[in-house]
Amino acid sequence: MRIAFASGKGGTGKTTVAVNLAVSAVRVGLGTAYVDCDVEEPNGHIYLEPEKDLSLPVAVEVPEIDESLCTVCGECGRICEFNAIAVLGDRVMVFPELCHGCGGCFLVCPVDAMKRSGRLVGRVETGVSKIAPCGEDRTAPGGEGEISFVQGILKVKEAMPLPVIREVKKHIPDRDIVIIDCPPGNSCPMVESVRGADRVILVTEPTPFGLNDLEIALKTVREMDIPVDIIMNRCDPDAELPAGAFDDGGARVIARIPESREIAEINSRGGLASLESPEFARIIDKILEKILRAAREARR
Amino acid sequence: MKIAISSAGRKADSPMDARFGRAGYFQIFDTDTGEYEVVDNTTGRDAMQGAGVQAGELVASRGVSTLITGHCGPKAFEVLRAAGVKVVLCGGGTVEMAIGKFINGDLKEIAGPDVNSHWG
Repeated sequence: MRIAFASGKGGTGKTTVAVNLAVSAVRVGLGTAYVDCDVEEPNGHIYLEPEKDLSLPVAVEVPEIDESLCTVCGECGRICEFNAIAVLGDRVMVFPELCHGCGGCFLVCPVDAMKRSGRLVGRVETGVSKIAPCGEDRTAPGGEGEISFVQGILKVKEAMPLPVIREVKKHIPDRDIVIIDCPPGNSCPMVESVRGADRVILVTEPTPFGLNDLEIALKTVREMDIPVDIIMNRCDPDAELPAGAFDDGGARVIARIPESREIAEINSRGGLASLESPEFARIIDKILEKILRAAREARR
Repeated sequence: MKIAISSAGRKADSPMDARFGRAGYFQIFDTDTGEYEVVDNTTGRDAMQGAGVQAGELVASRGVSTLITGHCGPKAFEVLRAAGVKVVLCGGGTVEMAIGKFINGDLKEIAGPDVNSHWG
């Protein structure tokens, strides 16, 4: 079961909920993976402190022109949607930093003058977090107390996160629950991170920015036909979404997390709030219960 | 000799566009024949990326030997240099004023880009 946490607006609490949910899941004995797709600024590792066991480069396949073969016919320039290829009178120029790696130019070149070359854009790392062992006050039937960890890191100055996100997704292990921490925004990186999830949970905050982006995120996820729930963060216990945009009944608010200085302080030093605050742990446990119940209902 | 001027409009008294890749139009003037042509740069102006590369390709394809613009970034400059197009900078004014200054020899050619990528 894959659960993706997205939000639209940044800083609403995606990562806070995602890492603490991973802790909650592993402590009830579920095989758990946490996957950080926010490759421009992955920060789940700060909380989960994984021991890394693998670090792999991610490269984009970019063209290199073999000038001895090129006839400057211009086909490669015409198919390139990204202005990465300039066709001049007597030569073809490639700007690898503009290339999205679609491979179109390799296919259309009639004389095989486009050679495949690689450009390093980031890394994928995997590891194991042992920060939340089972036991003590909780029972952990079958759990190993380890959270499988995967994250992508986009190279500084690179503008295209998608190749790194795709590579991260290839390394997602098979677990009872896979928690995907998505990048903020509602464009391609969010869509690619959410794609393939069984359920999306949108974490929002009751501010104009938060709600505006929630509305866009909802539309995006519905377009992808994935079930969606909402968590309202830093809000009053009886807060409701404004009437109108959210009234069509498709998404429900499954939790309200109150504004709390204690939680903010734990977060700010990289602590896991559900290990330190029993009250916060109860909120997260309830979210997990609702996710598991929805999964059972979906199977029926 | 053909010169191209980045422009915000289609007329001789339209203001210059200080941006190259994302200029609305290129007005192309042939100093030998007096012929005059306006090239629409909408695809470059609205490109999600690589506007300078696209504009450089466009200007070069018209047989232009000198470009008059406000600023020129590194990728556009690389394309223009490869195509043998000289780049001269002009601080502002209308298109016909820029042509006048160029013919008078008041505008200076640049040897490299004068701004970073994404300036415009």
